[in-house]
Amino acid sequence: MRHKFKALKAAFPYTIPVMTGYLFLGAAFGILLNSKGYHFGWAVLMSLFIYAGSMQFVAVNLLTSAFNPVYAFFITLIVNARHLFYGISMLKPFKGTGKFKPYLIVGLTDETYSILCSTEPPEGIDKTWFMFLVTLLNQIYWVTGSALGGLIGSLLTFNTTGIDFVMTALFTVIFINQWKAEKKHIPAITGVVVSVLCLLIFGPDNFIIPSMALIVLVLTMFRKNIEEGI
Amino acid sequence: MTLTVSQSLVLIAVIALATHITRGLPFILFPENKETPRYILYLGKVLPYSAMGLLVVYCLKNVSFAKSPYGIPEAIAVLCVALLYLWKNNTLLSIGVGTVVYMVLVQLVFI
Repeated sequence: MRHKFKALKAAFPYTIPVMTGYLFLGAAFGILLNSKGYHFGWAVLMSLFIYAGSMQFVAVNLLTSAFNPVYAFFITLIVNARHLFYGISMLKPFKGTGKFKPYLIVGLTDETYSILCSTEPPEGIDKTWFMFLVTLLNQIYWVTGSALGGLIGSLLTFNTTGIDFVMTALFTVIFINQWKAEKKHIPAITGVVVSVLCLLIFGPDNFIIPSMALIVLVLTMFRKNIEEGI
Repeated sequence: MTLTVSQSLVLIAVIALATHITRGLPFILFPENKETPRYILYLGKVLPYSAMGLLVVYCLKNVSFAKSPYGIPEAIAVLCVALLYLWKNNTLLSIGVGTVVYMVLVQLVFI
């Protein structure tokens, strides 16, 4: 029991930015879904079983158009394709996590991934429990936010415009942190330059998959060069 | 509600399934009990760096430099986060201040 509590104490501070983001964005999702005639139970159901922020906003559109599950399936694959990268990078860290592994995989959102791929738990903390608790805490925030949004969202009078920037800020900090930790900057530079380039060419709705393909291509081309630096 | 309850449930199940496929596929293709190809391990090691760059761009994808406010609030706030982090090396401080700066900019300055 003691090592679980220690892991919780170690995990919680890393999740504070995500808590802010997920509570408010979750609430925004709950409010939006509620405005389409779905009571808060639906928001909770979706946050429990889909648990993918931007996709759940897309899902609201899908739920309010003509019923087309095949289209929904493919649009979800496209919107969430970036998760493939996360899985590939977590193959090794998730190795040997046993019964926790399925949950670690289905809970691998952008934000959870950004924490897990950039953080080594402090000395003496069980790594599996640390990763599990980061994932669980984040999902608790998201589900709580969605439920509150669906229930009492309309009572919120505080202007939250711009609060979603908390995620951008989190990724920016992790990006800098990773930059400082590495001697070879090709992967980081590739990520930014290729994405910006693809964004300019393909536009905001279609740039992720070309970016991913091009990133893999560049990293493959520079493999020898990069591996010597690691 | 446009759809019926059962149509909604089917749709949610399909979206959940597709999401879990994107998250689980690498683990299905490269199971623990088989040796993972070295190339994949290499990708796994370097992708986090590229993915974080991609995520930052993804967050800012709808910013337009062609029309007002020309991405100025985003530029100021990102710069604020970066400089504060380089200076104080404090994650929560940088994120907190950056977010408040951004909210003030979009709510009060660049309306």
